[in-house]
Order: sequence, then C-alpha cells, then structure tokens
Amino acid sequence: MALLRPGIDATRHRRMQLWRERFIEFALRSSALFAVVGLLLIIVFVFREAAPVLFDRETQREASVPGFFATPLWQPVGDVPKYGIVPLLVGTFKVVVVAMVFATPLAVLAALFSSEFASPRVREAIKPVIEILAGIPSVVMGFFALMVLASWLQQWTGSTIRLNAVNAGIALGLGVIPTIYTVAEDALRAVPRSYREASLGLGATPWQTAWHVALPAASAGVGAAVLLGLARAVGETMIVLMASGNAAIISGDPFDSVRTLSASIAAELAEVVVGSPHYSVLFFLGALLFTITFIINVAAGVFVERLRKRLAGA
Amino acid sequence: MSSDTLRDVRPLPRARAFDVQGVSLTALSGLSAALIALMVAVILGDIVGHGWQAVTWEFLAGAPRNGMTEGGIFPAIYGTVLLVLLMVVALIPFGVGAAVYLHEYADPYAWTTQAVRFAVNNLAGVPSIVFGLFGLGFFIQFVGRSIDQGLGLDVVWGQPSLIWAALTLAVLNLPVVIVTTEEALKTVPREMREASLALGATRWQTVRYVLLPQAMPGILTGAILAVSRGAGEVAPILFTGAAYFLPYLPSSPTDQFMELGYHVFVLATQSPDVEATRPILYGTVLVLLGLTLLLNLTAIVLRARLRARLLGRS
Repeated sequence: MALLRPGIDATRHRRMQLWRERFIEFALRSSALFAVVGLLLIIVFVFREAAPVLFDRETQREASVPGFFATPLWQPVGDVPKYGIVPLLVGTFKVVVVAMVFATPLAVLAALFSSEFASPRVREAIKPVIEILAGIPSVVMGFFALMVLASWLQQWTGSTIRLNAVNAGIALGLGVIPTIYTVAEDALRAVPRSYREASLGLGATPWQTAWHVALPAASAGVGAAVLLGLARAVGETMIVLMASGNAAIISGDPFDSVRTLSASIAAELAEVVVGSPHYSVLFFLGALLFTITFIINVAAGVFVERLRKRLAGA
Repeated sequence: MSSDTLRDVRPLPRARAFDVQGVSLTALSGLSAALIALMVAVILGDIVGHGWQAVTWEFLAGAPRNGMTEGGIFPAIYGTVLLVLLMVVALIPFGVGAAVYLHEYADPYAWTTQAVRFAVNNLAGVPSIVFGLFGLGFFIQFVGRSIDQGLGLDVVWGQPSLIWAALTLAVLNLPVVIVTTEEALKTVPREMREASLALGATRWQTVRYVLLPQAMPGILTGAILAVSRGAGEVAPILFTGAAYFLPYLPSSPTDQFMELGYHVFVLATQSPDVEATRPILYGTVLVLLGLTLLLNLTAIVLRARLRARLLGRS
C-alpha cells in the first residue's frame, strides 16, 4: 500500500482514495444496520404470518383471540380443532417456575462464591465448568433429561408420570444456569474494591461484606441476570420439547406432563398446511413468545443500565 | 483482683463466637458451585461412558441403515459441516463489519448507534424457535417464493433447504460475532490507531492493516462460538431445512440436509425401537457434544489470550 507513489497524479490518487473511504464507511454502516433490519424483519414476518388470527374473518371462524381463552382444550388436529392456549400458558409457567427455583439460588450463590470467597485458582477452575455447561447444546440437555434424568427422578420421587414439569424444569434450569451465573458474576465483580475494603475496615466479616455490601451493590445486575435467565427459560424449545411429555393439561401438579408454547410450535409446525388457521395460530404463539421475551430483555437492559450508573456515580 | 480486671477487658464474646451465619453462607455458596460442577461431570460422564463404544470409523463414515437403528451418521456430519460453513461465510463479513463500524466509525451517542446496540442486545435474546418461524416466514415463504416466481420456476427456492437454514442461523449468531469482535477491538491500544493515522494512513487503511490483524483472535473466537452454537441449535432449522432422513448427500444450496442435533432429536423421540437405537443415539450425542465442546474450548483459549493482552496493557 504505497501511499505516495512518485509519478502518479497525487490529486487524482487522493480523490480516488476519498471515494473508496466513503464507500467503505457506507458498507460498514450498512452491515451495522443489518442488525436493526434483522430484528425488524423478525417482528414483521412473524407477526405477518400471525395476522390472520387478528384480521382474517375466515381464519377467525376457527381461531381467534377470544377463542383462545374460550376452551380449556388444545386440540389443533381433528374434525373440530380447538385452540385453547390456557393449558400451554399454564404449562410454560409451571416449567419456567421449576427451572427458575432450581437455577436462581444455585447460579447466584455460585457467582457470589466465585467473586467473594474463592481463591483466584478456584475461580479460574469454575469458569471453564460454566463455559462447558453453556456449550452443551440444548438438544443434548433434552436428550439427557429424556433418557437419564427422567428415570432417576421417577425412582427418587415415585411419580407415576415419567416425563413431567419437574423433569423438564430441572433440565431447563441447568440450561439457564450459565446465563444467570455469568451476568451475576460480572455484576458482582464490577463492585469497586473500595466498597469491600471500607466494609472490612469497619470490622465486618467477609460474609457480612459479601451479603450486606457486595450483593446489594450489585443487585441491579443480579436482577438483570435473573431476568435474562427467565427470558431464556421461557423461549427455550428443545429441552422442554423432549423432556416435558407434551400433554396439554391444565393442572397445578408439577408431576403432570406439560406442553409449553415453544414446544407446541416445534412439534406441530412441520405438519401444518401453510396459510391454514393452525399455521397462523402457531405463528401467533411465536409472536406471543417474542413479545414476552422482548419485554423481559428490555427490562433486563434497564437494570444493567441502572447498575452501570450506580457504580459509575460512586 | 488484677486478674479479674484483666478478664473484663477480653474481646467481646460475639466476635469470638463461632460465626454460624458466615460459615454457612460461605459453605452454601461453595456448595452451589460444587453442585453445578458435579452436575456437569455427571452429564458428561454419562454421555462419554455410554457413547464412546459406539463411535467407530464405520459409525462416523457410514450411512444410517435399517430404519436408523444401525449404521452410521456420516450424512448428518456432512450436513452439519456444510450448514455451518455456509452460515459463517454469510455471517462474518456482516458481523465484523458491524463491529468495526460500531467501535471505529460510529458516534457512540448518535441515535442510530444506540438503535444498533439495542437491536444487537435484543436479537441475542430472541428465542431460537422464533428464529425458526422467521426463517420459514421470511426466507422461505417470502424470499424463496419471490425468487421462484421471478424466475418462473416451480418450487425450488420456496421450500426448506440448506441455504435458508444457514441464513437463519447467520441472523441468530450475528450478535455473537459483533460482541466478540468489538471486545477484540477494545483490546487494541489507542496509540496504535493514533500512530497509524499520524503516519498518514486513512481510516480504512488503519482498520485494514492495523486493527483487523490485531483483532484477529477475537474475530476467530466469535466465528468459532458461532459455529459451535450453529452446530448445536436445532429449533431454528426444524422448519427451514433439516430432513428426517435422506438417502443422498446434499449437493446444492436448495437441497435439504441431515444434521447432527436434529438427528439426536429424531433418534431420541421418533425411533420405532428406542432400545435398539440407544447405542447409536449415545454415539451421535457424543459426536455432537465433542464437536461443540472442542470448538468452545478453542474459543476459551483464544479469548483468554486476548484478555491477557488487555490486562498486560492497563
């Protein structure tokens, strides 16, 4: 890249270069806008395929929003298809509650351990463990829950139904532990050392410092961690599809089989006629899933911003 | 009498007493970390223990036989490799371009930049099944069909195929590449940019000859993480191209393909004879897990090197 080659008309060279620079900046900016376009396209096209549920009279005769709550049955295939989404909402709720109850304390406490109590060597040993867990594909986790965990749980609990909300919830919890741990640990480590030194200097013990100083200071980040984990749990598909039994029942018993929103889409869309009411309903479920996770993620973003401001203002 | 006075000035009993809360919190948090590690070990142990005998040369290089209860998984490996290669080719230019723009060109306070960041963050949180819906609704039903109509073809592009699955995964992984590349650009010292610009290099020359070579490990990390995730994600390809079984290998971007993760799902849930399939199933899981973990491990090592550089500087 000879910048100044003798013998070349320097002004012309310079002008060419200017145009090239402009073109490249334009190309780079376009790449960046691609992320925005991608998100917009997702919204437009998922909602577009779901639109007949809201606007098409023909489709609404079979499936409409009031209809989703009018029947307690999810029986999309049959002479008289029934699209009651309440069992799917209940199922999703149950699995997600089990997953969060299982994952949150484990992940937050482990993050606290790693940032407050562990020696640097132990900390360095925990990190790859979490990264391995994060690297396990969800289909592998689903496989493990289906083939192994379900049998163990059945032996321990004596449950009659092998694939149930507890089984799927624990596997799902394992899937979201890395998310919660990573974000929570980052937040805890972002707490300035001076906070801890002040606390220890006042005579507080290390655990008092961890529990009453570090954790409250990082609380917004820990909240964001839990929200991001929650969003992942709600949207996760393969684990629940394989491990939950997929029966659309309304019940409060965590040892019943459940069918979630995401698993219904995954299980049914492949066999559906494009443009049919069932097709639109499944896209509607997708739009619902997108909206729920989007709101949770935006809320998590607000928490992260709050943490950043609090620690920066200190 | 003097001994009595001495006894009075002993340290306060509370400070000496066994610190129940402190010990239990420390122990509990350590236990959480240990429990996570234990669960990871159990999962890996189970899969390696049951799977390693199945992984033979015939298994890796052969095709499924006898209703997929015998034979190998070569078509699935082949399909996975093609899928992630196509994905990376589509993904890297846009991902790296976006990161370069965000970190080197953009005004961080402009609303467009904020919009891109918001989009990247939220794109990362969209459930993978929604990406599957997006791939079907946008790439297949919209783009693919338009191509078919434009060229006057029957159904060639407007159906699930390799290219649409790869592009869907590329959109899914866009945030991964953007974030890791930006992280890498952050590690390049400011002085390097200043030196390059002071020598008369243009902005793009600085990016091309100074920043990108320096950020290479980061870009590679992003690409590897994207490949690992792409190889493991099943939900986005359920309706965009993965096939249950194919007697031939895909030879064109418009062909369907078999894929490792999807193969695990199929073997685990749709097999007519679960017991007969079990060894093959475990073998497939082990291959998939081995592949993703190996990729993740490489990414971890690369990233650790980058971090070391960042720390060595400050």
